[in-house]
Amino acid sequence: MAPALLFVAAFVLYPFGQLIYTSFTDTSLLGGGQWIGLANYNRIFSGDPQFWRSLLFTAKYTAIITPILMGLGYALALLTASNDRVLQLARSIIFMPVVVGLGTSSLLWYWLFNQQVGLFNQALVDLHLSDRMIVWFTAADWALWAVIISVTWKVVGFGMILFIAAIQSISHEIVEASQMDGASYWKRVQLIYLPLTFRTVLLVTLISAIGSMLAFEPLYIMTGGNPRGQTFTSVYWIYQSAFVKFQLGYGSALSVVLTATIMAAAVIQVYLTSRSGKR
Amino acid sequence: MTDAALSKPLSPAWTAPKGRARQGTRLIAAAAAVFVAALMLAPIAVSFLASIKTTAEASAVPPHYLPQTLSIENYQKIYFYQAGLWVYVGNSVVVAALAILQVILLTVPAGYGLARYNFRGKEFLFLLLLLPLMIPYQALLVPLYLMFAKIGLANTTIGLSIVHAMLQIPFSVYLMRNAFEGLPKELVEAATIDGAGSVQVLLRIALPLVLPAIITVSLFAFITSWNEFLAALIMMNKETSFTVPVMVTGVRIGQQSSVDWGALQAGVIVSMIPCILIYILLQKYYVSGLLNGAVK
Repeated sequence: MAPALLFVAAFVLYPFGQLIYTSFTDTSLLGGGQWIGLANYNRIFSGDPQFWRSLLFTAKYTAIITPILMGLGYALALLTASNDRVLQLARSIIFMPVVVGLGTSSLLWYWLFNQQVGLFNQALVDLHLSDRMIVWFTAADWALWAVIISVTWKVVGFGMILFIAAIQSISHEIVEASQMDGASYWKRVQLIYLPLTFRTVLLVTLISAIGSMLAFEPLYIMTGGNPRGQTFTSVYWIYQSAFVKFQLGYGSALSVVLTATIMAAAVIQVYLTSRSGKR
Repeated sequence: MTDAALSKPLSPAWTAPKGRARQGTRLIAAAAAVFVAALMLAPIAVSFLASIKTTAEASAVPPHYLPQTLSIENYQKIYFYQAGLWVYVGNSVVVAALAILQVILLTVPAGYGLARYNFRGKEFLFLLLLLPLMIPYQALLVPLYLMFAKIGLANTTIGLSIVHAMLQIPFSVYLMRNAFEGLPKELVEAATIDGAGSVQVLLRIALPLVLPAIITVSLFAFITSWNEFLAALIMMNKETSFTVPVMVTGVRIGQQSSVDWGALQAGVIVSMIPCILIYILLQKYYVSGLLNGAVK
């Protein structure tokens, strides 16, 4: 395992050390690299309203999409958990967008949402759900929902498939016993399925929330951070600062702050995963 | 697209306890599932249909759902886009192949070591290998960019493939360790008594038995690498070094600020095809990997 450890040391640990060091400098793509102490961090917390706007937007996005993904994913799992041929085919199809790239799916939905040629828009009009083609990307709230719809399409199958596996691993005796006792379907969901798959739900919620906190592609591709910087996410703001404005030092400080916010959630995830790996 | 592969049961014996669920209820459930599946398929279907319209029709206002004239115009545009499609497909394939190679060479021995030997600090080393899960790679791109620039890996397929391999290490180590742990101990012991060295045991006996896990790990590495966007955007910034998803984004920005919608959807289809094909053909490995890697 030495090679793997060396790899992680060289391309994760060492860069992480460099990241922390760079965050205390004014490194830019154009040169620099002077030690400037906490100046970058001061700027983050008191001189960069966009940082807070991005953080809030990311938090809002995560807070809205996570319950949608879990609820919808679980509902689809309940719907298709039985190994009926039709249901198996249905869940294979529902899962399919998971293997499509997030950049690619964002380009697909960018087109579907377009106010002139977008077929999602056209379908809403044809189904009389909207009386005109909606302009999705000029208002931050509409843009947020467009992103949520597109990402939900892409990833809902991920949770679904893990929930199906968890539901299927519940022992038959328990379910049959409850049927004998005359428990209704909804009672069974409440009292058997949900409690017995709770650990999976927790884990998938964590994975999903971490993923959402790191969102980049849909915003980069569909909104470009607009209107007026209202749809930058945390990662997008790092990209913008470091690689568009060339402020690598400042981007590093932003990255350190991002790592700190992600780590707590990730530590719990790793703890749950590595514990459950032991048999 | 074989029907059997598509509908592999997750656990073969499992069917919902029948009980009192009436035929009608089951029918409604099936109809609802088919409806949802159709909704999920629709975006891909209309994207494909748009890609085979003529350029003019793909940008028609209001849009048509179905093409009125079939055309390969959009694919021709993608084919000849900038440096040519094959340059970009080539970049993506090379990066993915290098990433797969690294993942296999790094995580097979690591998984074997973790499963086979007991030593002090083993848990700690395992956690170290899971580190890329805890430090988001999005945060490491600035130092990696500077590092690659310094050592000449900027704009190279090797550089990007390192980032992609790094993304897959935790999942792959975890999966390989579990695969090796699943092998019967007696087998390895018998071979050792017969005088085989530990490298020989790994290569001759253990490796063929964990082949499904290696396939799964490679599959995930391919899909991750092919789809990865942010690192590719940052690390590969020359017109000839783009990977497919970054190149397709360029199609949108296109000439004279007007979007060529047909060409864009042809690009979307091209970048989706490998992953969807792999998923359909190798679904067994894919789903089992997902289930073993995320929750067990």
